[in-house]
Amino acid sequence: MTEAPMVLAEKVSKNFGSNRVLRGISLEVDPGEVLCIVGPSGSGKSTFLRCINHLERVDGGRLSVDGQLVGYRQKGDKLYELKLKEAAFQRQEIGMVFQRFNLFPHLTAIENIILAPMRVKGLSKAAATARANELLERVGLGDKGDAYPAHLSGGQQQRVAIARALAMDPKLMLFDEPTSALDPELVGEVLDVMKELAKSGMTMIVVTHEMGFAREVADTLVFMDDGVVVEAGPPRQILSDPQHDRTRSFLSKVL
Amino acid sequence: MSERESDRMIEAEPGRTPRAGRGRDADNAPPEAIVAIPLRHPWRILIAVVLVLGLAVFVLDAAQRSDFGWPDVGKYIFDRRISQAAWVTLWLTIYSMIGAIVLGLLLAIMRLSPNPVLKSIAWLYIWIFRGTPVYVQLVFWGIVSLIYPVFTLGIPFTEPWVTIPNEVFTNLFITAVIGLSLNEAAYMSEIVRAGLLSVDEGQEEASTALAMSWGQTMRYVVVPQAMKIIIPPTGNEVISMLKTTSLVAAIPLSIDLYGVSRGISAVTFTPVPLLIVASLWYLLFTSILMVGQHFIEKRFSRGTGRVKTGKEPAGSAPAPTVPGEPGGPGAPLGTDFGGKG
Repeated sequence: MTEAPMVLAEKVSKNFGSNRVLRGISLEVDPGEVLCIVGPSGSGKSTFLRCINHLERVDGGRLSVDGQLVGYRQKGDKLYELKLKEAAFQRQEIGMVFQRFNLFPHLTAIENIILAPMRVKGLSKAAATARANELLERVGLGDKGDAYPAHLSGGQQQRVAIARALAMDPKLMLFDEPTSALDPELVGEVLDVMKELAKSGMTMIVVTHEMGFAREVADTLVFMDDGVVVEAGPPRQILSDPQHDRTRSFLSKVL
Repeated sequence: MSERESDRMIEAEPGRTPRAGRGRDADNAPPEAIVAIPLRHPWRILIAVVLVLGLAVFVLDAAQRSDFGWPDVGKYIFDRRISQAAWVTLWLTIYSMIGAIVLGLLLAIMRLSPNPVLKSIAWLYIWIFRGTPVYVQLVFWGIVSLIYPVFTLGIPFTEPWVTIPNEVFTNLFITAVIGLSLNEAAYMSEIVRAGLLSVDEGQEEASTALAMSWGQTMRYVVVPQAMKIIIPPTGNEVISMLKTTSLVAAIPLSIDLYGVSRGISAVTFTPVPLLIVASLWYLLFTSILMVGQHFIEKRFSRGTGRVKTGKEPAGSAPAPTVPGEPGGPGAPLGTDFGGKG
């Protein structure tokens, strides 16, 4: 290992009541790396992603982003839960894109993008708007700034959502099945934006069902099932020569 | 249809009944308009006639009945004392609703908070104030100044440090506003809570993921969207409150519309005309409010067209909204990007 990993998970576990959703996830994501997570639904992919920006609390193991423990502070050998403010501060550097976009429907595209930079980072409206216009241009929606989410197609909404996440200048982007809620003909435009983002050197963790995207863009492909990492490695190798029965049976269904 | 014909229809393969075959010949001709005798509703007409006649008899009879005291109605309807009392009723409504909305919002947020202590307090409050009649509550607030003639600050069962005479509950107007607000807050909190809960969870999640605090999330994301759900029933509560103010007689406050009309009739011994006068004034106010309510409901009804906000450039196409879409476009209420909050 030459540089410190951006994300380091060591035996991360998470329970919902008696339901063990994550049962010891260990993996590393280096800066600039694109990691794709695939697996059947209910395998814990999304939960793991939500643990990374502390939308869910990690119950066991350790999870750190850029060397900082997520959700906790270590003092001596004791762990202290972070205050809400401190947890929010950690999230500033982690962007997240949701399956259902979750754009704010009462705000225009521009207003969606500038809200957090203004309220959290204290940017002026002019500065935030200028940056928002740049980002909209980057996702190919330079002319849609004044449109409300309901007037945009699913693909356009998701691209605005990506721009909104980028507006906080994150060093890590999380994508939670970003194309699963889209009509098939709209998937491509979102994947193109993500490809461009990956090329620009962004560290990305992508939970996806798009095997083509994973093959083309991912540096590492992780197959998760039942709360554990079954197999991880270069995507071409895993997709063409899976070592594990569970991976083989999953891939035979989706490819 | 003869028996032979129906047999043929059964024999014919599905989708190719003789009827369908005939239709094909006329494919290019426009469909013939249906000429039919419309269904008649003789009972409707009969009932309407009976009711109109009954109403006419009642009106003619009432106009002649001296007990209604129509001349007195005319005399007092624009009496200065009455119009001033109507003014008092309006302000009672306004102050009480402001108090109720503020306290209701607080209670709703307390009930939704993760803090079990706050949750229980809010629950207890709502239980008590919704579970007892507002009239009884107003009687109680009316005698609070007798139970607590002074407010004291100090260690219990020792000489108090500070003693303030209870001037809040000796002012009957303030007592009425407090009594009405406290009762209404319990109902408002349920309305606000329903509104806050109606906002998709993903909204709060997205806002949290953008590193916004809980307060910012509420203020800029959740509450503006909840307003759509909160405002229409709040309008109804205003109308309801206007009428409930007549119950301040229980305190007893007698400077409101009903109180003053009662006061005048106690002197003139003409209760009926003054009840009519008060009712006409209440009707005037509720009618105005109902017109307002109609427009509010139209504006905030779910899944209909987007509200014009003036924020959009004039040239943008008024694209139709998908009806019933969750989180459809709403009014950008309370979202000013003017300054840093």
